Amino acid sequence: MAENSKAASGVVGNVINWIDDRIPMTRVWNMHIAQYPAPKNFNFWYLFGSLAILVLVNQILTGIWLTMNYVPSAEGAFASVEYIMRDVEYGWLLRYLHSTGASAFFVVVYLHMFRGMIYGSYQKPRELLWLFGMFIFLALMAEAFMGYLLPWGQMSFWGAQVIISLFGAIPVIGEDLTQWIRGDYVISGATLNRFFALHVIALPLVLVILVFLHIVALHEVGSNNPDGIDIKHKKGTISEDEKPKFKFHEYYTDKKDIVDAIPFHPYYTVKDVLGVAGFLILFCWVVFFSPEMGGFFLEAPNFEAANPLKTPEHIFPVWYFTPFYAILRAIPDKLMGVAAMGASIVVLALLPWLDRGSVRSIRYRCTLHKLNIAQFVVTFVILGWVGATPQTDFKTILSQITTVTYFMFFVLLFVYSKNETTKPLPTRVTK
Amino acid sequence: MSNAPVDNGRRRFLTIATSVVGGVGAAGAAVPFIASWNPSERAKSAGAPVEVDISKLEPGQLIRVEWRGKPVWVISRTPKMLEDMKAHEGQLRDPASEEPQQLDSAKNPYRSKRPEIFVAVGICTHLGCSPSFLQGGFGEKVEGTEDGFFCPCHGSKFDMAGRVFQAVPAPLNLEIPPYTFIDETTILVGEEEGVA
Amino acid sequence: MMKKLIIGLFALLPTFVMAAGPSVPLMDANNDLTDKASLQRGAQLFMNYCLGCHQMQYQRYERTFRDIGIPTDIGQEQLIFDGSKVGGHILNAMDQDDAAKWFGAAPPDLTLISRVKSPDYIYTYLKSFYKDESRPFGVNNTVFPLVGMPHVLQELQGLPLPITEEVEEHGKMVTKIVGLETDGSGEMSTDEYDHAARDITNFLAYVGEPSRLESESLGIKVLGFLLILFILAFFLKKEYWRDVH
Repeated sequence: MAENSKAASGVVGNVINWIDDRIPMTRVWNMHIAQYPAPKNFNFWYLFGSLAILVLVNQILTGIWLTMNYVPSAEGAFASVEYIMRDVEYGWLLRYLHSTGASAFFVVVYLHMFRGMIYGSYQKPRELLWLFGMFIFLALMAEAFMGYLLPWGQMSFWGAQVIISLFGAIPVIGEDLTQWIRGDYVISGATLNRFFALHVIALPLVLVILVFLHIVALHEVGSNNPDGIDIKHKKGTISEDEKPKFKFHEYYTDKKDIVDAIPFHPYYTVKDVLGVAGFLILFCWVVFFSPEMGGFFLEAPNFEAANPLKTPEHIFPVWYFTPFYAILRAIPDKLMGVAAMGASIVVLALLPWLDRGSVRSIRYRCTLHKLNIAQFVVTFVILGWVGATPQTDFKTILSQITTVTYFMFFVLLFVYSKNETTKPLPTRVTK
Repeated sequence: MSNAPVDNGRRRFLTIATSVVGGVGAAGAAVPFIASWNPSERAKSAGAPVEVDISKLEPGQLIRVEWRGKPVWVISRTPKMLEDMKAHEGQLRDPASEEPQQLDSAKNPYRSKRPEIFVAVGICTHLGCSPSFLQGGFGEKVEGTEDGFFCPCHGSKFDMAGRVFQAVPAPLNLEIPPYTFIDETTILVGEEEGVA
Repeated sequence: MMKKLIIGLFALLPTFVMAAGPSVPLMDANNDLTDKASLQRGAQLFMNYCLGCHQMQYQRYERTFRDIGIPTDIGQEQLIFDGSKVGGHILNAMDQDDAAKWFGAAPPDLTLISRVKSPDYIYTYLKSFYKDESRPFGVNNTVFPLVGMPHVLQELQGLPLPITEEVEEHGKMVTKIVGLETDGSGEMSTDEYDHAARDITNFLAYVGEPSRLESESLGIKVLGFLLILFILAFFLKKEYWRDVH
């Protein structure tokens, strides 16, 4: 292989050659990092992918360490969390890193998804990439939901009770299904044990595999960029002068002529390091100074051990589920509510086919699209707020209006994207 | 594009500086993970010093107490036992207790704070079995010494000060734990004045 | 466009803060976790007046003494009343089932009460008992109506009397408690009792999260370190990106 011949001589070079003859270490490094062509105009919004990986690593590491002292039983779970918080050296830090990491994961993933929406990253040919992302989002929601039961506090117990009961809305099999999920007539140690197994083994494994596939798919089609225009052109259409002066892997250059690209390493690695440092400042501020985050990351009733005979005054899911929970509550029919909540997530996955436009980036799309995205953001935030606070008549109406505007985003998009008046696209990416 | 002159010195400095600081950060981040493996407050509480009442200890009697999950012997040695110990010193590996198997307060011929009261961790220094106390029956193991300890696992032999005999598998004398006489009849095993 | 969206998002954040809570406005506890003397007085009051019924089943004596600056031997002598080991949890001998019979509900464990409620709540609660002959223990509480607990600090505070007023509510005249006044029978003055309540609150706040101070002092160092890393990373990025721009 070409890369092998380039490897440095000497002891290090020999070791690298020895490994390269056995697994494609240098080739993978070059193909996916050092000679991977990334558009040169990534902005702030493109940091959240790497940050999501950072948070995933944090969750896996702190999670493994928490299992070393956590006791997955109805009798021992709550006390074992307090044991970690008080008796284990730095146990409090490991626990806060994990609990804050859960919320940080959703912050980062929501911003990452929003980036995909505004720059049309889901559009052809990145449909499968978007779908893998949606599966990651689903797995993440399941992971977070099951993890939230484990501290066995009041909110853990009653939150799980409410969410599992949703399955009861399914006609005919509903009641049997909820009982099967719980493994008991109420949430019990049996539920806790199966959730623990799924939370610490099954779902993390699924997540890691999906993240791997997400990145493989990304590198196959190439990254989109804030202009939403292609940087890969038909072979032979770009003169040598216009091509970047960087070395890209033959895998990409053999098939296409690439413009306005830079190698991922070192340019985006140093940029991501900067992003990581900035993110960690915010993250650590929460971990060390405000791990409850005003009751949003750790809810006060969860500092009380689960009590099957006493429901807390108000039950809310953690903030990252509240927009969807608000849609559920907005509809006064149990089955329809559950269906609407499910649809609100499924419809996101269908974005590549609902958006019939060919211009990707919000920068060059019609004013209606900009307004539509703006209203979607406002809708999402309002739904989140309504879902996180006690219901009032006003909020019920508000949640019904925003449920409509939530789905209206997709309906409108489907309609106007067919014959959209767009601005002319630049031929090359802008600064 | 690459028209601006690249300052390689500056670039190398920043790369190294960031890598070093990042490396320090990674090492710092590892601290809580590593430290969390230390004994927790629960383990420390369970391993706290143990009080032993010796008011009812008869001469020649051995009592066992548990400290940090290990058997600790407290024995009241008779004058004859103390006398016998001098006879076989030539057959011991470490008669003067040179190896650090005890605190300085027990580094004496009797390996104890008071000659008649012997406190030791009852675990063989070979592979961790607990030796048997052969009271009056040790003569068949070592001639001329009536009392001693014999490890049933691999045949190691110790005298009444826990000193190991030569030509047995155990390499070291029995460990003497830190202990304090709170009063005439009470010993605190696991803590010695001024020593944790 | 994007910037406006982000600003809009952040502008909405404060309204997120939960509006739940008791209807009576809470007093500001103003407790200070760094005030060791206050924590020590709070611990003493807790052990004397609260521990009889309320345990701290997750918190250990030894760690508590260490954190609030009480030498272990003095703590063992003066603050452990039941002969517990100093490494043991702060427990009492009350049978939970009996307690449930006597009080209607078992007295809750107080290890985490400051996090379930809030220091302000505890402080206000301790100051809100008043005389009410209709209740089994002859007392009631304005932040915890129909409380099933006697006023255990009565010998210190005395038994406050309610000041009532007739007010119109939904078109009907109702008697409302608008304030409490001391009956003067307690050992402490009003001011002294406020301090005692604040000390207990402070102690409970400490026990709720014993790692709080350690977390903040470590947090400052971590943030300082990350700032240095951020600055270095900023210049590193700028240096490399000169190739691109």
